[in-house]
Amino acid sequence: MHIANGIVNAQVSAVFAVMAVVALALCVARGRADLDDRLAPMAGLVAAFIFAVQMLNFQVLPGVSGHLLGGTLAVMLVGPWVGALCVSTVLIIQCLLFADGGLTALGLNITNMAVIGTAAGYLLVAGLLRVLPKTPTGLAVTGFIASVIGVVIASQGFVLQYWLGGTTDLSMPTIAGTMAGVHTLIGVGEGLITATTVATVARVRPDLVFALRRFRTRPGSTAGVTPAMRSAT
Amino acid sequence: MGAGHAHPLHLDRESLVHRLPPQVKILAVLLYTIIVVVTPRDEFLAFAGYALLVVVAAALARVPAGWLAKRATIELPFVLLAVALPFAGHGERVTWLGMSLSVDGLYGAWNIFAKGTLGVLASLLLAATTTARDLLLGLDRLRCPRVFTQIATFMLRYMDILAEDARRMRIARLSRGYDPRFLWQVKAFAVSVGALFLRAFERGERVYLAMLSRGYTGRLPALEGGGATTAQWAASAALPIAAACIGVAAVLR
Repeated sequence: MHIANGIVNAQVSAVFAVMAVVALALCVARGRADLDDRLAPMAGLVAAFIFAVQMLNFQVLPGVSGHLLGGTLAVMLVGPWVGALCVSTVLIIQCLLFADGGLTALGLNITNMAVIGTAAGYLLVAGLLRVLPKTPTGLAVTGFIASVIGVVIASQGFVLQYWLGGTTDLSMPTIAGTMAGVHTLIGVGEGLITATTVATVARVRPDLVFALRRFRTRPGSTAGVTPAMRSAT
Repeated sequence: MGAGHAHPLHLDRESLVHRLPPQVKILAVLLYTIIVVVTPRDEFLAFAGYALLVVVAAALARVPAGWLAKRATIELPFVLLAVALPFAGHGERVTWLGMSLSVDGLYGAWNIFAKGTLGVLASLLLAATTTARDLLLGLDRLRCPRVFTQIATFMLRYMDILAEDARRMRIARLSRGYDPRFLWQVKAFAVSVGALFLRAFERGERVYLAMLSRGYTGRLPALEGGGATTAQWAASAALPIAAACIGVAAVLR
C-alpha cells in the first residue's frame, strides 16, 4: 500500500504530512512512558518482524500491490503508542534505505498504515477483549478479526487521499472497491500471522502481551522486573 | 554480526558522495524530491534537467547505471498502475494507434512515471552511499526523537537475528527428515512463525540486558565529533539548489 511520489498532489501530501507529524508527536510523548526494559527490545523486534512481513508484496491484481501492515500485531504486543511508532519507523527506513514509498508521500503512508491502521486495530482489540476470553485462543480470535477490519479501514485512507488530491481523474467507487477487496484478502493473511504469533507468545510468555496488561492480577509489585532478571536473582 | 550492518542496497565504494556526512545527504535528497514533486507535470524540460542531475550525482558517487536500473525495478507495480491510467481516465480523449486514450490519463501516467522514477533514483543513491548505521546517526543529528532512533537501531539488528534464527530452524527441520516441496513449506513456516518470534525475542532480550548492564542509555555512543563542515553542506546543497534553479527557470519561461 506504499504510495509513490506524484500519485497524490503536493498540497494534500503536505496536509497529511503535518497530520502525521502531530500524531507521531503525541505517540512519542505517550509512548516514552511505556518504553521500559521489557518493551524496548520488544518494540525493536516487532518493527523487524513487520519489516520482514512487509517484504512479501503479494500482487493481488495487476497494478495494485498489497502487503501485510502489521498494525494489529504491534498494538497487541507493544500497545497503541509504541505500536504506531514501530510501524512508522519501518516506513521511514523502507523509504530511506530501500526506496520503497515516496519521500514526499511519507506523510500519506504514515497516516494510512501507522496512524489509521494502528488506531483501528487498537479500538477493535480493546473492544473485542471486553467480550472475548483473555486466553491464548481468545487473543488469537481478537487478533484475526481486528487485523482483517483494521487493514481494510487503513486501505480506505488511501481512497480518501486520492479523492482529495489524486493527480488523475479516476472513478472513485472503482478505486474504493478494488482497495477494499484486495485488502480483505491481505487482511485474512495478516490475521492468520497475527493470530498464530500472539497466541504463541501468550502461551509461553504472557507477560510480554501488552493487550493483557490491564487484566493482569498479579500480587506484589513485580511489574518492572523481567523474568530474565528474576531468574538471575 | 561482525560484518557490520550493511543493507542489501549499500554499495561499498570510495567516493565523494560516500564520504559526505549522512545528515547532509538525507536533507539534500528530501529537498530534491520535494522540488521534483511540486513541479507542474507539463514542464517536460525541467524533468529532463532533474534526470541529468541524478546522472551527475550517480557519476560522482561512482554508482554504475546498470546497478541503479536493476534496483529501480522496485517501482514496477506503480508503473503498471500508470499504464492503466490513459485507458481508465476521464475527460477529453485522443486516438493513438486505434486506441482511445484520455489526455488527462496520459498526463497522469507521465506524472507518476517521471516523479516516481526520479524519487526512487534519488533514494537509491542515498541508500547506495550510506550504511544503515550512518543513516541512523544522521537522523539522530537531525534531531529525530530518540524513541525513533532507538526502535530503528534495534530493528536493524533484530532483522539479522530473525533471518539467522529462521535459517537455523529450517536446517533443524531438514536434518530431521522434513523436506516438503513448493507450497507445503508454507505450512511448516506458518506453524513455526510464533516460535521464531519468541526465539528471536529471547535472544534479543538477553543482548539488551547485557547492553543495559554495560551502561547503554538508549543511545549508541557517537564515534567522532560528526558535525558537517560548511564545505560539506555546500557540496550537498548543490543538488537541491540546482534542481530549484531548473524548476524556477522552467516555470518562468
